[in-house]
Amino acid sequence: MSNEAKAFIAPRASHVARHAADKSPSRVTRHALPYFPGCALKDQARGFERAAQAAMERLGYELAELPRWNCCGTVYSLSSDDLMRHVAPVRNFIRVQELGERRLVTLCAMCYNTLRRSARFVSTDPERLQRINAFMDEEPDYAGGVEVLHLLQLLRDEIGYEEIEARVERPLYGLKVAPYYGCMLLRPREVGIDDPDRPETMELLFEYLGAEAVDSPHKVECCGAYQTVANPEIARERVLEIVGAAARRGADLIVTSCPLCTYNLEHHQLSVPGDASHVTGDKSSTRHALPVTRHVIPILYFTQLLAFALGAPGEELGFEQAAVDPRPVLAQRVGG
Amino acid sequence: MGQEIMERIREANEAVITGIDDADIKHWVTIYIMGKAYRVPADITLMQAIEYAGYRFVRGAGCRAGFCGACATVYRVAGDWRLKAALACQTRVEDGMFLVQIPFAPAEKPTYDIETEPAEGSVLLKYFPELARCVACNTCTKACPQELEVMDYIQAALRGDLEAVTELSFDCIQCGLCSIRCPAEIVHYHAAQLARRLYGKSLPVPKHVEERVREVEEGKYGEEFERLMSLSREEIEELYKKEQREKGGLGSRDASRVTRNGQGEG
Repeated sequence: MSNEAKAFIAPRASHVARHAADKSPSRVTRHALPYFPGCALKDQARGFERAAQAAMERLGYELAELPRWNCCGTVYSLSSDDLMRHVAPVRNFIRVQELGERRLVTLCAMCYNTLRRSARFVSTDPERLQRINAFMDEEPDYAGGVEVLHLLQLLRDEIGYEEIEARVERPLYGLKVAPYYGCMLLRPREVGIDDPDRPETMELLFEYLGAEAVDSPHKVECCGAYQTVANPEIARERVLEIVGAAARRGADLIVTSCPLCTYNLEHHQLSVPGDASHVTGDKSSTRHALPVTRHVIPILYFTQLLAFALGAPGEELGFEQAAVDPRPVLAQRVGG
Repeated sequence: MGQEIMERIREANEAVITGIDDADIKHWVTIYIMGKAYRVPADITLMQAIEYAGYRFVRGAGCRAGFCGACATVYRVAGDWRLKAALACQTRVEDGMFLVQIPFAPAEKPTYDIETEPAEGSVLLKYFPELARCVACNTCTKACPQELEVMDYIQAALRGDLEAVTELSFDCIQCGLCSIRCPAEIVHYHAAQLARRLYGKSLPVPKHVEERVREVEEGKYGEEFERLMSLSREEIEELYKKEQREKGGLGSRDASRVTRNGQGEG
């Protein structure tokens, strides 16, 4: 390369390094936890992350964004011989390893599920891991051992609900909250954060925050997930059942940990026309075509409710992207 | 680089730039261009070697200085299973090298109106939905002759971080090697260009640009432009040579453009 070319290229290294330093804290301090945001939290679900940072700061922790993280893989691959699908998660584990850390905290239920299952997939078969390491010959080998945690687990098992309760500044007395787990936090059982049929992690958290947890038979069911793209009627039907059940039990809010669940719950509940009851459209459905009432319930991320209760100011709660503004009901019930 | 190697490079370059007799060249290597063996002087560039072997570039050669990205080449070297990629003008021959040039990466470039698209990350997935097929294999990064973190900018594109894509892809020369190697069939460089355009659009116009545009509009350079436009080709060439002589740059450039076969650039 000519000298002119070199001189032109040279500044690149420094501006990339500067960029990396700006965006990705590489030094992890005592209460800093290596944190995997996932793509949606940087785009469609920014409030989920914003509120998590506000809440964790109030609990004495810092979510330290993993340097050079890449997409988790989005959907855990069930084909056991398609190792390429596990390169993305394993590369993230190498980034954790490079920090000298063992744990990786996630917020998004989908990322949690994919990363946690992939960590399991490679740790249960050294040959698989060896083949993935051999493919990624430009990286140091992943030695195994990174533990993927969902923030709810950390709140429950490490920080503890009593500690959280002690720091509540805005008790949620009078607020009725319906937790919605969906699939990814609970299934399959070996990676679930709680009992897949009778979870209580979120219920207990909300009760410690002062709220009343509204139980619903549909809280562990699927929201329709990616069917919302090709077969939106399936997702719509699922959502109307989920939202309807929560609404009939008096829920002021539904709380999730998944941007896709949130999208589906928001989008499809708003698809019901505003006038009187009407009948769902799909007559070929195996379920009965029941009259549905329009329910408009704000959908929050659990971190938003937590940050609100811990006293975070409005701009740290990240409600800007909410399709249904939760502020009126929060103000009415709690006095926000 | 050691004195001895520099001396060999100087000697090898003599073979291609001055047309000295093959008998005076001491160091030779054998390379395989599209499978056919050629004996060429050691230490010359792939581009020089291809020309030495008798090929004439009609595509796949441009600036010859590592900037234009026209001379993407893939190769393997003896005893190494890795498929390597490089710019032919920036890489020197090695004995036993197998190579072929990829002068063009077939890639659809979607049409968009940058004025009407918002400076938001979601625009990238609108025009390049295949970005979501990235499996983080990093093959693109390994192929990049500019040593960019290509996979990192694709990942940044996936999460809509226009600034990061811009920073990480800024030195892309659009040779297309990343897109030739990608198992997810992503067209990295076109997506990155859209990201840079969107990000650029989101930035305030720098003061010096505003001032220069104002000067142009006020006709500050009008007279000089008109004078240049009125010159003949010969007069412009003479003007260029004069300026280059004053800068002291013309002699060496002229020499390097003449190949052994007496052909100029393609």
